[in-house]
Amino acid sequence: MTETLFGAPPRYPDVPDGQVSGSRLEKALRAGKFVITSELNPPDSADPDDVYQAAQPLGEVVDAINATDASGANCHMSSLGISALLSQSGYDVVYQVSCRDRNRIAIQGDVLGAAALGVRNVLCLTGDGVGAGDQPGAKPVFDFDSISLLRTLRTMRDQGVFLSGRKITRPPKLFLGAAENPCVTPHEWRPERLAKKVEAGADFIQTNYIYDVPLFEKFMARVRDLGLDKRAFILAGVGPIASAKAARWIRSNVPGIHIPDAVIDRVEQAEKPAEEGKRICVELIQQIRDIAGVAGIHVMAYRKEHLVSEIIREAGVLQMGRRKIAQPT
Amino acid sequence: MYRIRLFATRHARAFEWLYAGLERVMIAADPVFRRIGYQRIERPVALIERAAKGLLFDCKMCGQCALSSTGMSCPMNCPKTLRNGPCGGVRPGGYCEVKPQMKCVWVLAWDGASRMKNGDRIGEVLPPVDHTLKGSSAWLRVSREKAANLRSATEAARTVVAQSFPAARRNEPSTAPLAPEPPAAQGRTEA
Ligand code: SF4
Repeated sequence: MTETLFGAPPRYPDVPDGQVSGSRLEKALRAGKFVITSELNPPDSADPDDVYQAAQPLGEVVDAINATDASGANCHMSSLGISALLSQSGYDVVYQVSCRDRNRIAIQGDVLGAAALGVRNVLCLTGDGVGAGDQPGAKPVFDFDSISLLRTLRTMRDQGVFLSGRKITRPPKLFLGAAENPCVTPHEWRPERLAKKVEAGADFIQTNYIYDVPLFEKFMARVRDLGLDKRAFILAGVGPIASAKAARWIRSNVPGIHIPDAVIDRVEQAEKPAEEGKRICVELIQQIRDIAGVAGIHVMAYRKEHLVSEIIREAGVLQMGRRKIAQPT
Repeated sequence: MYRIRLFATRHARAFEWLYAGLERVMIAADPVFRRIGYQRIERPVALIERAAKGLLFDCKMCGQCALSSTGMSCPMNCPKTLRNGPCGGVRPGGYCEVKPQMKCVWVLAWDGASRMKNGDRIGEVLPPVDHTLKGSSAWLRVSREKAANLRSATEAARTVVAQSFPAARRNEPSTAPLAPEPPAAQGRTEA
């Protein structure tokens, strides 16, 4: 072990038996806990304190915090930077990697760096098109897609080699995740696509926003038929709506978000729209947690971290053992 | 052309059949191709391939054709060049997130695959694109590989026969190396 100026750095830890990464998220999921994750809104700043402050209200209620990678193709502090800061101050972090901005050489290197900095969970994403963001003139990379990225990271982890076949002396121990979007077209193929992600190496899944529970139930029924809930942990994505106007704007401007009219109408007709939006989110969680095969929830509240802990407490899912482990009806 | 591309996925089954036929012909022509030299025919074949597939599928000549596992919908027409299925941004009605006037190539792909005999190949995890192959003929690469595999399989079988039955030597090609040559085969008689 090399001595540094500050003494001997910690060794790259070994992974406990029965786990692939040793992350707390993985441990909780494997133990059957109903898991809660949330995402941190990345600061437009170089100050680590901004990251700590944003993370603080989430830390009390969630098992892991997602560090988004320029989501919506908008530039913010990098997910690697956030992941490193938070991992080193004791949070369990999900490092999001999108295929939009970096090629295979950069990504494989970044992942090794992230692992060295203490990151144990990686979420592999395709990424929104550059046109959706604040710098639409950027060059879209998309060298990998989310599925070939998953397979590559699994190869690095399990075979201990880069895609070139060159050996990695100390392979990164990672809990690999992927996203799925059950509520957008082509609905009938979404479960098959999930199967492909699991096949490629996904250990856990975080879905996009779900506002349409019947549609999600249909999706989960097929997922259970395919046995996917046994092969990967599925966390359902939810989030509060601020107002009817915001919801309509999101629906037509942010890629991949389906919000039924009924939900928007309910917010619109309420006296306090923001309260109602939160209420709907709480109800969604309560409905979703009872669906067989759901291992947890992923709460996304853009620029509203303070709401996350309220929502989670009100929904009564804190410290909830996982109920109904995949019992097909 | 976009129209023809839609037509191709609607008739994915017919194109699958056509493709299988073409492949058989190309494999059968392997001895001829080898005599002329694959190097030499690469350019003309690539030209023909570009014209035909360009017209039918809006092919981008990535050089590692995936059409038969993507429902005859060319994945290189996806603005994100995804090779393994749709992104999460597909618009209502199956339109593309990036180019809203175009149908998502993966919605077409899954539709095409559901019409094909071997449509379940869409479930295969495809590797990232190898950009060094861009512009080369995928037809030639595939048929050449398959022909080479066939050849080495036959050779292997012949070698085994030659090793097990020295007498079979005379009927076997000179490439079967390890069997001791019976003197008779060399035109000599036993002393
Ligand atoms: S919507 Fe379909 S064609 Fe458009 S970028 Fe996504 S996967 Fe590609």
